[in-house]
Formats: sequence, C-alpha cells, structure tokens
Amino acid sequence: MITKRIIPCLDVRNGRVVKGVNFEGLCDVSSPVELARFYSEEGADELVFYDITASFEGRKLFTDILRQVASSIFIPLTVGGGINTVEDFDRVLKCGADKVSVNSGAIRDPSLVGAAARKYGNQCVVLSVDVRRVDRRFCVFAKGGRENTGMEAIDWIQRCVSAGAGEVVVNSIDTDGVKKGFDIEMLDAVCQAVNVPVIASGGAGCTEDFVQLFREVPLIDAGLAASVFHFGQVLIPDLKRTLRNNGIPVRLSE
Amino acid sequence: MIAVIDYGAGNLFSLCSSLESIGASVTVTADKAQLRLADKLILPGVGAFEDAAKKLRVLGLDRAVKEEAAAGKDILGICLGMQMLFEKSYEYGEHEGLGLLTGSVVPLEGNIPASFKIPHIGWNALHIQRKSRLLRYVREEDCVYFVHSYFAANCSDSVIATAEYGLELTAAVEKGNVMGCQFHPEKSGKIGLAILRAFCEEVPS
Repeated sequence: MITKRIIPCLDVRNGRVVKGVNFEGLCDVSSPVELARFYSEEGADELVFYDITASFEGRKLFTDILRQVASSIFIPLTVGGGINTVEDFDRVLKCGADKVSVNSGAIRDPSLVGAAARKYGNQCVVLSVDVRRVDRRFCVFAKGGRENTGMEAIDWIQRCVSAGAGEVVVNSIDTDGVKKGFDIEMLDAVCQAVNVPVIASGGAGCTEDFVQLFREVPLIDAGLAASVFHFGQVLIPDLKRTLRNNGIPVRLSE
Repeated sequence: MIAVIDYGAGNLFSLCSSLESIGASVTVTADKAQLRLADKLILPGVGAFEDAAKKLRVLGLDRAVKEEAAAGKDILGICLGMQMLFEKSYEYGEHEGLGLLTGSVVPLEGNIPASFKIPHIGWNALHIQRKSRLLRYVREEDCVYFVHSYFAANCSDSVIATAEYGLELTAAVEKGNVMGCQFHPEKSGKIGLAILRAFCEEVPS
C-alpha cells in the first residue's frame, strides 16, 4: 500500500538554512547537509529546499550545497525558489534535485510548466500555489503571498496539471503560520479537482493536525511543514508512529 | 567496476553518488569496450520508452548489452531501464525492448482503478514473491520510492517482488544474471542502498 509522505521544508539563504533546527547532537544547526542528513535519519520521506537568495553568488552557493546534499542523502529532493525558466530546471537537476517546484515563475510565464514537463517529464514538475480566500473564493497569490493575481485557484491548478505538472503543493495563506491545523476545506477541494498527488502545506502546529489532515482528506498524499519540525514541536518518528496507530499508512524509519 | 550506461536518458547524479557511497567503483560510459571490461552493468533510465530505446540503438548499446547479458554478466535495469529489459512496450504505440526478459510494459491507466492517481509516485511497500539475490537484504513490507506510469506485465517467471497499487505491480525482477527494479533504489534510503549493495557484491558461491 502506498504510504502518506511527511516532508520537511528548509529555506536556504546564501547556502545556509535560515531557521536552523534546534536539536541536540547537531553541530551546525544551519548546515543544509547536516539537517538533510538529520531529517533523512528521522524518517522524512522527502526534502524540499527553497532557495530564498536573490543574488547570483547566493544562487551559486545554493547549487554547491545542493550537490553536497544530493551526494549524501538518498531520498527524493525537491528544489524551489527562483525557478523562472527551463534553464533554471536544468541548473538544479544537474546538481541532484529530483523534482523542481515552480510558483511565481509559472504565473509570470504560463508556458513554463508545459515546456519543463516535455523536457524532463511530468514527474519532475511540481506546481506550488499560494492560495488565500478572497470573498469566499480561493485566489492564487504571487510574490510570496503578497499579490493577488485574481486567478481562481482550482482553475489555475487544473490548467497547470493538464500542461504537465506531476504534483501540486497547496499552501494555504489563511492557515500558514497560525499553527491551528491544515486548511482541510481548501485541500479537499483541490484533491477533488485533480488526479495527481497533492501535498498539503500551511498550518501544521502539532501531531494531531497531521492525523486530522490524512483522516479528513483521504486523497491527500503528503503533509509538508517547516517550523514544527525545525523547532521540535513535532518529531518525525513520533509523528509516524501516531499516524500508523491511527490506521494511516506510513513508512516507518528503517 | 560497475558501468553505468550513459545513453542520455536521465540524470545519473544520484545513482552514481549512491553507488559511491556504498564503496563501489563506478564508471559512467557509453563505450562498448568499457561495458565489456566492467564487472557489472547498470541500465538506468527516465523518460519515454521509445526515445530511450532509440538512443540505446543509435549508440549500438542494445547489442552490447545483449551480448554482455548472454555472456553471463550481471545487469540491473532501473525504472525505465528495467522496462527496457522486456520484449515490448506499449507506451505510445508498440516498441521493441531488449528481450532479455519475457513480458511486456503496459500503462497503469486502464489497468488500475480510476481512483488511483497516475503517475504512481511515493513510497510503497514491497511484497516479496520469491527468494532472490537482488533483494536478499530486503524484508517483507520494506518501503521503496516509485515514480512511474507504466509497468511490466506477463512476467511471472522473473518477478521477485510486487507493490500494491490497485493491483500487485511488478516492483522487481530477476532471472539469472538479469535483474531490474521499477522503483528507484538510489532514492529509497537505506533499503535502496542495501539493494544496490546486493547487486554490486560478489555472491559467495
């Protein structure tokens, strides 16, 4: 039986993880390589790295780091941040990324998803969408959630999936950072609308939030979170045991 | 020496890193002489069957792989590389494979219930069907990472493990010196590395 995935997300600026993990036994809490190894040992099913650097030098540092991570951790790696062209896909895939996540880049250039999927396959292209309710409609926001594009989210996601996006990460701005649980209503609506894996993001505050997510949205494939893992509020081995005890199929650490 | 066959179908970075991490000496090559010299061969592959099979043929590597297989050299096909070991694929038409294993490659679509998403992406549990060299370090229900939209069918004589996804899908095959896995061992954590190690090791006779 296919298992539900648990995915920690790491923001990297100038080659360092921005919010370092606060755990004993880690010498360098902001080293992407150490953190990736830590999460992989803990049983993370996949890792997402977001490059939040703007400068050219920073980007070079990021790809160097990515290469180091990819040569020492053998679980799927997704990379996002600053992906605007097919060349950007090429740059990170060469350094060992397995999937590339596009967000604003796809909004700016709607042909990007299709072009990348034709070149690298659908499985490689992850659409990431920031969604917020405006007048009870789900709207797509750009620029890190600051700008309303006016596009209807379900419609946008369906368009990108038919263009070739092989997975969708749905980040609810309404629940993000609030730590009161995932946006069940929004995630369910997306899962009903597409037939590719959907990854939930935004709102995880405790283990119970993940249980609720997988129970109430049975079609959801994965839960993604950052700070609950980084700050140790949720420990992946405990989380997975709890999920399994609740009848949710997960891969237990080897 | 393990030769990873480089015919332009997919990214070899992770595969090579994972082989190096288990201490294997690796050469990435499209050179037939190198394939002859190597102790074992790995045929990787990501992308479309027709395109990959064509690339292999253009480089004359289809013949080279068949010759090495016939000579008894261990060969491991991964993902699309595994699918190419079979006689035929029905991915967008009908295409000839290497024919080292009996069976054909068919789409998930139409063969699994519509409620299952395609591609089959994620960690799925292995169901061991038969004792094998390739999976000798693997236990029942160990999870490995899959990404695919087609699968090998009618291959009961080589199936060593399956995974449940609407039906019992061919997950790994082995027939003598010809082996393959539909999942990505290079992305399957410690279990994946153990599978690669099992392939790379000389078997004590």
